[in-house]
Amino acid sequence: MTKGAPSDRLSAARAGSRRDLARLLTDVEDGRLSASDLFEADRPLGRSIAITGPPGVGKSCFIDHLLRAHASEGEPIALLAVDPSSALSGGALLGDRIRLSSPDDEALSERIYVRSIATRRSSGSIPSVLGDLVQVLHGCGWPLVIIETVGAGQSEVRCAAVADRIVLMEGPARGDGVQAEKAGLLELADLVLVNKADLEGAERHAAELRESLALDGPDPADVLLMSAQTGLGLSEALTALRTLEARPGSERARARERLANAAEARLVGHEDYEDILARIANGTLAPEDAVEVIWRGE
Amino acid sequence: MRIVVAKPGLDGHDRGAKVVARALRDAGHEVIYTGLRRTPAQIVATVRDEDARFLGLSSLSGAHGHLFPTICQLLRDEGLDDVVVFGGGIIPDADRPALYDAGMRAIFGPGTSTETISAFVAEASGRDDSGVGASGGWVWEA
Repeated sequence: MTKGAPSDRLSAARAGSRRDLARLLTDVEDGRLSASDLFEADRPLGRSIAITGPPGVGKSCFIDHLLRAHASEGEPIALLAVDPSSALSGGALLGDRIRLSSPDDEALSERIYVRSIATRRSSGSIPSVLGDLVQVLHGCGWPLVIIETVGAGQSEVRCAAVADRIVLMEGPARGDGVQAEKAGLLELADLVLVNKADLEGAERHAAELRESLALDGPDPADVLLMSAQTGLGLSEALTALRTLEARPGSERARARERLANAAEARLVGHEDYEDILARIANGTLAPEDAVEVIWRGE
Repeated sequence: MRIVVAKPGLDGHDRGAKVVARALRDAGHEVIYTGLRRTPAQIVATVRDEDARFLGLSSLSGAHGHLFPTICQLLRDEGLDDVVVFGGGIIPDADRPALYDAGMRAIFGPGTSTETISAFVAEASGRDDSGVGASGGWVWEA
């Protein structure tokens, strides 16, 4: 077993030890270590792209292509695959690897790092430590980090707090464009991919999304049709991802999510968090009073 | 506890693996399921990258005698001596001693209750002789 100070582990991870990288990430996930402990003011540089969208729309399948495409060009790429924790047991079933093909080619697999992450206490689509996990990866030789988040709805927007770019994945027969708008993500997406373009209804849905986006103003996000299964439009989607620019005007919305993420980190990181939950559940503490207690740092 | 549940080799029967994964989740663990038909090297890389403390292997094809010890050896080669390995599926009694000798700490056959598997995880996580690299030959007995 590797023992020793976080800085030793960081050096080992930088030198290519994936075991040390994995253990650093665990330390951050468990709250024993933060990115600022490791890097101080010297924040590592890199790029992070969140790929989000409703369950079953084909995110993992597309990401499998993305990982291979980057790795075959000699570029390292890391994936943080986020799945929800059970609110009842605190456990989680992390199944994103089922659809990842784990290449046998050693040169390829050396350039791909995949880590499954549970949301744990966070109420949103991402755990509050996700930004730190991305930083650690950047600092250990993984300049490009993909974040896969599950589900659909308002909580999805939280990935904007961490990721530099947001890709929304949709599929055919997802209701009218208003359904996507309701989720609040459309206004933040830098690129929209409509997957399963080989199935009926994909083109119509793409047209509806383009219509919704055009109402937001000039320079809307691109909507691309693709099929991760048949390969239709896949290389165009991968190229678009490579050169993706952030859409102007999303700064305020991103700031809002960063603020919410920071507030939640303080909430779920409170030492009496479980006790506070129990007291709210049995009616001896009002949630408003609990917030007061946490905010004052008592 | 982070636990990888894996299906090595050419065996497409994953009902058991999924039930075990679900039960361990309900016991409060974070379970990473690999999906079907993984090679020993892929499984060991997954355990390493996910920083898992436990590895559950499922096999119903009869290839356990080859695959399970291979995986145990690869784990030790990677320096992952503290990972606890257990197995399940159709494993004849006569085959079990060799698997225990290879470093596995429990074999669960058909009819095992999910509570038993959770109890094993709880017990093994509290011991320092339960890893695949530990000598002493501790084996779970229900």
